[in-house]
Amino acid sequence: MSDPHLVIDRVSKRFDPRVTLGDRIAARLGARVELRGVQAVRDVSLAIAPGETLGLVGESGCGKSTLGRMAAGIMAPTSGTVRLEGRPVMSPGGTKLTTRVQTVFQDPFASLNPRMSVGEILAEGPVAHGLTTRENARDYVAGWLDRVGLDRSYVGRFPHQFSGGQRQRIAIARALAMQPDVLVCDEPVASLDVSIQAQIINLFLKLRRELGLTYLFISHDLGVVRHISDRVAIMYLGRIVEIGTADALYADPRHPYTQALLASVPRLMTEDAVGAEFAPIAGEIPSPLAPPPGCPFHTRCPAAGPRCVAEMPDLVPTGAQRVACHLYTGGVELAA
Amino acid sequence: MTPTDTTLTSQDPVTLPAPEAAPAPVPPPVSPLRAFWAEYRESWIAVIALAVVVLVVLAALLAPWITPQDPYDIANLSLMDARRPPGYVGAEGYTHWLGTDANGRDLLSAILYGLRISLQMGLVAGLVALSVGTTLGLVAAHSGGRIETAIMRIVDLQLSFPAILLALVLVAMLGQGKGQLIAALVAAQYAYFARTAYGAAAAERRKDYVEAAHSVPLSARRIVFRHILPNIMPPLIVVATVQIANSIALEATLSFLGLGLPVTEPSLGMLISNGFQYMMSGRYWISIYPGIALIILIVAINLVGDQIRDQLNPRLKR
Repeated sequence: MSDPHLVIDRVSKRFDPRVTLGDRIAARLGARVELRGVQAVRDVSLAIAPGETLGLVGESGCGKSTLGRMAAGIMAPTSGTVRLEGRPVMSPGGTKLTTRVQTVFQDPFASLNPRMSVGEILAEGPVAHGLTTRENARDYVAGWLDRVGLDRSYVGRFPHQFSGGQRQRIAIARALAMQPDVLVCDEPVASLDVSIQAQIINLFLKLRRELGLTYLFISHDLGVVRHISDRVAIMYLGRIVEIGTADALYADPRHPYTQALLASVPRLMTEDAVGAEFAPIAGEIPSPLAPPPGCPFHTRCPAAGPRCVAEMPDLVPTGAQRVACHLYTGGVELAA
Repeated sequence: MTPTDTTLTSQDPVTLPAPEAAPAPVPPPVSPLRAFWAEYRESWIAVIALAVVVLVVLAALLAPWITPQDPYDIANLSLMDARRPPGYVGAEGYTHWLGTDANGRDLLSAILYGLRISLQMGLVAGLVALSVGTTLGLVAAHSGGRIETAIMRIVDLQLSFPAILLALVLVAMLGQGKGQLIAALVAAQYAYFARTAYGAAAAERRKDYVEAAHSVPLSARRIVFRHILPNIMPPLIVVATVQIANSIALEATLSFLGLGLPVTEPSLGMLISNGFQYMMSGRYWISIYPGIALIILIVAINLVGDQIRDQLNPRLKR
């Protein structure tokens, strides 16, 4: 791996509810008012090399989108920093400092301003940041429309005139028009039809080849992530529980959560698998309002022991990847 | 345990049944304005109301050319013609269709001239209140924290007072005159716009397209005015329609109470007030006809506003 490019350094995010005086009085009087915050991301560190694609996988609510928003400089972390080539992506005051990290959002029906034409959507950022001039904007925009496989004649049209796949192409073109090095893709195909998903995934692969982009690719779809990623990180309840190259992680998952995730993927029936049932993960993801002590996964883990309740495991090299699980660091029993 | 056999092999492009096809043809663009009008036309009440508003506005604008008399040119008035009932043919030889007032003014002419002033005050006050209130609401929604609390608590406080009370106090403090009256009307009404703009903007700023704008990044001013503002216009247009009608009514009320415009600029409210003392003596027309004109105008504007609201509210869509 060459030098890290985008570095996420011990980043945490906590969402605190706005507690008013009234809430406090009500709580004192015995009302059930939520005064605690949600710890969405807990002490996550990641480094992505130039040209690399890091897949980030996890269940809904595990904090992967929050982590993506912090990586993209949309949201300020509660603690920790995100740096691009050593320079912070966001000021402490919450102002984004770079245009070289851009974002593609999940829902292309929500991420495009319905009152702006395609041309305006694509040209706004580049003109505001001097990547093109107002006079040249039309050609500039047309170039990026070509790149994402859209017709140049679409510049004057509005988002509601397009299908989901076309809208996602517009959203990708908007991000690319800022000439980023890093693209944070937050579930970019989750809301698309399967056939369209494949087209968009191929577009991401083509763009990476042509432009040398670095991706942080967030998804809950293990197949999609494996297809596009060099390395994969598995997230559970705000923490990275396992990270490694896609090949190693899929061939030999170590963390019980990763194992369970991969086992729960529906797959085609092969001879020996006919009639076999998928193994869903038992139980529900715990509430991030009240995360369990110790290893966050111990409430659902088949291998959990007393040490898992008492002690939070660290990410340590295990096999070809790094895993946060006591199974690989001395067992789940408490040391005497 | 791992589904290696059937999952996608890494990095190969997915083969598709259809090639990376030319995107599906996009339906020909329908002008949103035309679509809006097509839907508006379905309600005949709303169409009539709109026609009335247009007619009243035209009549008010063209008043100097279509009225038989300039009611505020003293030289035109004849006391011989004072307090005559509707249909009376005056000394000048034309029919006073709506009668005359205590100074011998032709009431139809006076009403049309009064409408000019009423409409002017309502429009100017409504539009100023729209821009002031919207800006405050947007600033509150965007800045959050103490600024938000400060602005919105003041707005809430003001909304708990009747508008007429506030306007009365302000007119009493500022004195009479067009500017002062407009200031009082704006102060009494901006809060409605601020509330609406704040609520809509607070909902809008959580949407992905605003996050996308932050992700570029774009300046806060650009995000607020180029992205959020155009998307909260529909509810603001509805409030504006209703508030223009309310400004007209409020101005008429103030003028009726003698706190509105000076006597040289008589609005409908003052005409009603002037005729009020004759109501009990059977000379009903001096008050009633300006009152009817006022009611028709306000009801018509409100009906138009209702229809626009119904059309812009997706929950009421069939």
